[in-house]
Amino acid sequence: MEVKDIFSYDWTYLLPEFIILGFATGLSLLDLFAGKRLGKHAIGLLSLLGIVLAGVFVFVNIQTMDQPYSYMADMIRIDDYGNAFKLLFLGGTAFTILISLSYMRQSEVAHRGEFYYLLLSGLLGAMVMASSADLITMFVGLELLSLSSYVMVGLRKKSLQSNESAFKYVVSGGIATAVTLFGMSYVYGLTGSTNIYEISQRLAEAGMMGFQFIIYMAFAFLAVGLAFKISAAPYHMWAPDVYQGAPTPITAFLAVVSKAAGFALVFRLLLISFLQVPSAEGQFFLTQGSLFIGWMAAASMILGNVMALRQANVKRMMAYSGIAQAGYLLVPFVPPTTLFFSEVIFYLFGYLLVSFGVFAVIMVVSREQQTEDLKGFAGLYHRSPVMAISMTIFMLSLAGIPITAGFFGKFYLFMGALAQENYWLSAIMIVTSVISYYYYFGIIRQMYMRAGENEAPLSVPKGIWVFIFILAIATVFFGAFPGLVTDYIQATFNPSFDFGNMLPTRTP
Amino acid sequence: MDQVNNLLLSSLVFSPVLAILILAFIPNHQGGAIKKVGVLGTLLPLILSLFLFASFNYGTANLQFVEKHDWISIPISQDPSGTVYSLEINYELGVDGISMPLLVLTAIIGVLAAVASWQIKKRLKEFFILFHVLFIGMLGVFAADNLFLFFIFFEMTLVPMFFLVGIWGYGEREKAANKFLLYNGIGSGIMLLAFIVIYLVTQTMNMEQIATIFSTPQHPIASAISPAFRYGLFLALFIAFAIKLPVFPFHTWMLKVHVQAPPSIVMIHSGILLKMGAYGVLRMGIGFFPEQAYQFSTWLAVLGIINILYGAVLAFVQKDLKMVLAYSSISHMGIVLLGLAAMNTIGFQGAMFQIVSHGFISALLFFLIGVIWDRTQTSMIDELGGLAKSMPFVSGILLAGGMASLGLPGMSGFISEFFAFLGLFGSLPVLAAVGALGIVLTAVYLLRAILRTTFGPTPDRFARLADAQPMEVIPMVVLLGFIILIGVYPAILGNPLQQTLKTIVPIVTGIGG
Repeated sequence: MEVKDIFSYDWTYLLPEFIILGFATGLSLLDLFAGKRLGKHAIGLLSLLGIVLAGVFVFVNIQTMDQPYSYMADMIRIDDYGNAFKLLFLGGTAFTILISLSYMRQSEVAHRGEFYYLLLSGLLGAMVMASSADLITMFVGLELLSLSSYVMVGLRKKSLQSNESAFKYVVSGGIATAVTLFGMSYVYGLTGSTNIYEISQRLAEAGMMGFQFIIYMAFAFLAVGLAFKISAAPYHMWAPDVYQGAPTPITAFLAVVSKAAGFALVFRLLLISFLQVPSAEGQFFLTQGSLFIGWMAAASMILGNVMALRQANVKRMMAYSGIAQAGYLLVPFVPPTTLFFSEVIFYLFGYLLVSFGVFAVIMVVSREQQTEDLKGFAGLYHRSPVMAISMTIFMLSLAGIPITAGFFGKFYLFMGALAQENYWLSAIMIVTSVISYYYYFGIIRQMYMRAGENEAPLSVPKGIWVFIFILAIATVFFGAFPGLVTDYIQATFNPSFDFGNMLPTRTP
Repeated sequence: MDQVNNLLLSSLVFSPVLAILILAFIPNHQGGAIKKVGVLGTLLPLILSLFLFASFNYGTANLQFVEKHDWISIPISQDPSGTVYSLEINYELGVDGISMPLLVLTAIIGVLAAVASWQIKKRLKEFFILFHVLFIGMLGVFAADNLFLFFIFFEMTLVPMFFLVGIWGYGEREKAANKFLLYNGIGSGIMLLAFIVIYLVTQTMNMEQIATIFSTPQHPIASAISPAFRYGLFLALFIAFAIKLPVFPFHTWMLKVHVQAPPSIVMIHSGILLKMGAYGVLRMGIGFFPEQAYQFSTWLAVLGIINILYGAVLAFVQKDLKMVLAYSSISHMGIVLLGLAAMNTIGFQGAMFQIVSHGFISALLFFLIGVIWDRTQTSMIDELGGLAKSMPFVSGILLAGGMASLGLPGMSGFISEFFAFLGLFGSLPVLAAVGALGIVLTAVYLLRAILRTTFGPTPDRFARLADAQPMEVIPMVVLLGFIILIGVYPAILGNPLQQTLKTIVPIVTGIGG
């Protein structure tokens, strides 16, 4: 490829990524040369500005594009699928910055500047993951997000726990990367290509020529390796330690943005690459492949919800809850249809609202109580009714009780699973949801039914109070009127094209 | 029907919102004002429900006061050309002869339970707000004509109950609240599963349409699924509601709630929430799948008999008055099952009478236990005794309530048991004969429990107890009044039921028999 070819592309579609990249590098330089003279919140506010700008251009892209735009043979591919996920990433990162701005302690993180531009580089990684259709760029995006996250988890340099969790995260992340790469190497070996659309066709040919076993191995390695990023079984064990040790805003970032990015990558990579592979029973992906994912989903739901029952630390509990949520999110892939997209995006949207609400409340409570124990929530209702009621709404949403966004998301997934006559997974979903009532209501019990050590009103800074309040209202609002979101998804995005119109439709 | 009329049912269902809003603005320390608003707020639903009852047309089996608005529309399937089909969830309300009396029952018990809540001493504001949220849920369940809406209202009763039991209950309140939550959570889950599968088969969530589709012989949509599949759906619905009813062996949660919850909440729980299970079995189990219900009727009767005998035998050996009544509730719910198992008009009528009558009777008895506990701090039969001397009025009402419960002629309990057994003798005489044994046992355990508490020597510490206060007299007299009213003038309940049951029964017997 010559230089003039590179200039022949219309680079305006990549503006969101460029903006984030520019802000990340610019802010790091600014911090280096003028860090001392800047106000406390300057870098944070500037990164927020960058995210808003990038968001505006993502919206412009969504409005102006009617078909995907591809750079350099799909190395980067701007399409509806990626754009929808990008909105979630940008929203999630903006929320992370908001809760850090109003609440991060000076002592907790020594280098505030680093915190923000690492977040931006992590966000950039997530955005690349969502908008590439090539193994190389996918991997680059994955690593960019992972490396930024490793550092962010360990940002509390003087905290032993933070160090420990960063170390665990690096080691298990490294192994996961190795497993993923190993799977990719099989794929490349069979197909000689890194473009997933080419891979899709060549794997189908390879499948017909009798290389099925290797294809299955590749699929299994990729699925297991990538399970790390979405914290699904069998690669979930890192989550509790890391969630517990990381600064709380970073935990929220990992729980939402990093997880959503993992899903964006997993779905696109596995679905497109393996969809056309034939097998004895028809299409491999629609039979054995999705069954494999179904086991992962079932294991995540069961392990996550059962292990969460025994946790005394709120952040660990939320980690296990996140594992279970990852399990629910895998359900629309068993087997996938064209409608998986709106199901997943709606669920992630609800999860975004609720997770940030929960972690913001955890920040408020744990900072004041000096503990992240469940007991720290005791008597919260008497000390700050609004915090307690908001937290109750978030818990109801996570448990899937109406009228909340979480209920409708789960209802939608559940309905999809039943429409696919996927009864065994639906049954597991129901039973594990009911198990989850116990620990979600455990927090509610603490807040309303137990006496706390002190009864003085909890002082909650204005900013975070408003933030939590708005999220709680939004959780209920989108639970009562989910159509607003699903209609928008349906009217704006048409990802079936991104999947080469290969996905089976769910006929009425 | 004009526009104003069209909003009647919604305004009934959401009328407790007014009280919630007012309560939210009263400062915590003004306990008296909170109580007044909490109680007066329940009068609005009562007035509206009585107005609806008065303007209810007995002559038709159709749904009345129907409301329909678009609500949610989500893409659910897509054909290969890309056309998207949406799931339309409408906001649909409507009442017929079955749900109308239950709405009135809910409103009446709601008012009286609010009066009984006068004894609540801590965290009044939260109590009454949650109480009214629960109220909305209960009214909504009986008014909903859409599966999704029904489910939302059904779940809306779950969360407030968790708090009401968990915060204001007795010693083991949290355990009771958890047990309540988990059992009912499983029930709701199974219910949701059945609802969605029904939707996927019929492409509608409107309850009336679903009933029509499944009960029309050779309907193209209904015949697309096998009878075995339909039987599975029927069983799923039955289990979901059997947990609520509760049917043995799903009853353990209900005992805990009866013992641990505060008296006014037990009135609601025993008087209305359990009835939601019975209503669900009749409206959805039998209403949607008459053929399968008919095939299942023998088992239904067997389960009913188990409930009756199990409840009666265990009620006999209980030491706690609350436990006696809890087991008695199980026993009486068995009679509902027997009435349903009869699969004829008289039997269904018996079941409906039993639902309403037991609502009043159990509310009365649990209210009395609350009154006694308030003065003696105990409900153990051995510790009580001779209350008739110090509290003659309360003891008298207690005896009257017991008589109603064991089916004394002239009171509502008699009518309902009579109809239920009459119906069952028509279809399953042997099982009916076995079940009738339960009636004898009822007399034994109730008289034992009540006579031991009211008669005999009065312990010294109970010699100077105050008799009923005016605030306590109202619910007692009103409830007893309704019990006797239904007993001597059953047509007040029978008339609205008539037309609706007349349409269900021929379908059941027509398909099944």
